Amino acid sequence: MSQLPKHDTAQLRAKYPDIFERPASARLATPVVALVAFAVFIFGLDDLGFSPTRFVSGLRQLGWISMMMIPPNPGSSLPTYLQALGETLSIALLGTTLAALMALPVSLMAARNIIPSNLLRFPLRRFFDSIRGVDTLIWALVWINVVGLGPFAGVLAIAVSDFGAFGKLFSEAIEAADRKQVEGIRASGGNALHEIRFGLMPQVLPVIAGQVLYFIESNTRSASIIGIVGAGGIGLQLAEQIRVLEWQKVSFLVLMILVAVAAIDWISSRLRFAIIGRRAVA
Amino acid sequence: MTSAVAILPSQQLAALNEAYRRAVARRRWRVLLGAAVFAAALVIAAFGAEVNLKTFFTYLGNFASYFDRILKLDDGSRVWTNFGEWFWGWQKWLRLLGETLLISYVGTLIGTVFAFVLNFFAAENTSPSNWLRFVVRRLMEFARTVPGIVFALIFVIAFGLGPMAGVLAVAIHSTGALGKQFSEIVENAEMKPVEGVRSTGTGWVSCMRFAVLPQVIAGYASYALLRFEINVRESSVMGFVGAGGIGQELVVAIRKFYYSDVSAILVMIVVTVFIIDITTGWLRGRLFGRDART
Repeated sequence: MSQLPKHDTAQLRAKYPDIFERPASARLATPVVALVAFAVFIFGLDDLGFSPTRFVSGLRQLGWISMMMIPPNPGSSLPTYLQALGETLSIALLGTTLAALMALPVSLMAARNIIPSNLLRFPLRRFFDSIRGVDTLIWALVWINVVGLGPFAGVLAIAVSDFGAFGKLFSEAIEAADRKQVEGIRASGGNALHEIRFGLMPQVLPVIAGQVLYFIESNTRSASIIGIVGAGGIGLQLAEQIRVLEWQKVSFLVLMILVAVAAIDWISSRLRFAIIGRRAVA
Repeated sequence: MTSAVAILPSQQLAALNEAYRRAVARRRWRVLLGAAVFAAALVIAAFGAEVNLKTFFTYLGNFASYFDRILKLDDGSRVWTNFGEWFWGWQKWLRLLGETLLISYVGTLIGTVFAFVLNFFAAENTSPSNWLRFVVRRLMEFARTVPGIVFALIFVIAFGLGPMAGVLAVAIHSTGALGKQFSEIVENAEMKPVEGVRSTGTGWVSCMRFAVLPQVIAGYASYALLRFEINVRESSVMGFVGAGGIGQELVVAIRKFYYSDVSAILVMIVVTVFIIDITTGWLRGRLFGRDART
């Protein structure tokens, strides 16, 4: 059996100084960060009123609730729930479409390769960011004050909060587009609008369509909860049944939401594959 | 130097034009058909969502005037003329914002730990057995598909009102979302180091620790920071259902028409989200290079 060559530690030390003699700051950084993170965690548990007894009794309650949820049973309200689900899907579809239609022209103005000046781009970007910083549920409350209770407020809430997200995503997609097509259009005598329509849009539209489809899916989830504050859809039923502790109905409603989200997910990923090809989605 | 552009004989040109026209026509038809189906779906949806354009246009003015009203103090002057009056409750609100941040921090951390433990079982290339992977995947799917606020509603009843329910709701939702992202990173990891470690005769845990973990840990941290950012937004509304944080104050202010309070709290939330976004973005850029920033 052959013997491995003997290590010459001194030589190795000289050869790889940064492995053998890391500065104290580098060696201490990880444990210190971990310790601080853990300390904040413990402080948080304490500050937020965590206690073992409360946790255990809560878990017991939760176990009891889960037992009560089986089997899921809509009682006699199945037609109402189906209608509410339809409302939720309508809210998601309309809200997303509205947001995309509003965001497209504005995002053109926020893209660097269309309007090179920072003067418009910077405030627009910050405007998108502040809209996104406010949750959909908050927008729903605001719209309820404006158009009254009901699903219409939900549509507008989703439209506004997605307007911020789309504005950012679209303008990034536009900035990532290839310049060459645009230059080609300009070389053949097209004006600025021609450049956008024939040089930019064919590149950008598939990306945008993919994002819109993805958002329709994620908005199905958002639309299923905005009813909690009174903006229509299945969330209203869900919150009501939780408040009156009808657990079998609650679990049935949650199942309905899961199935609906899975179905929309399936349809939208099919469509995305059809539009931009399987490779580009992953 | 000049060169002549070749002009095709008209016969050949006609054939080419015809072929082009046919190719474009087929695509146009398909696009038109798609647009028609989409428009039909929109009309059906409009009936479903009780869209009433008349209401919309009558009340559209309200939307503008609502923002006009929330930017006015009780005495009718603009809010920014008197900051002390506008942010009269800043101490209370700051404390509640701190609570919101803590909720999302503690929730994200718990979620990260659970996702960390579970993701190796969910990834295709590292899971020890197929049925375990199936079970873990379904569990995580459930945790991320049910909206966080629904968990919060149920937890408020089980654990009582207060931030604890919010933390647990955030934690469950983060476990599902992060578990999926983490396992996707693991699936993209190089498997050769795993073979190397396994050839030394050690068990599954050591394989994960010494072969997989060093490859994936940076990606984990990046996704966890991103999730924290998302959770700050989400925990700002946990108070709507009584699960702690600034949401409670906001919903009271909106429902009771304390106009200037609404704008003050919204401004504070947006500024906090900005600060968190910028800080985590900077941190991710610092830790993992510029690519991780997007």
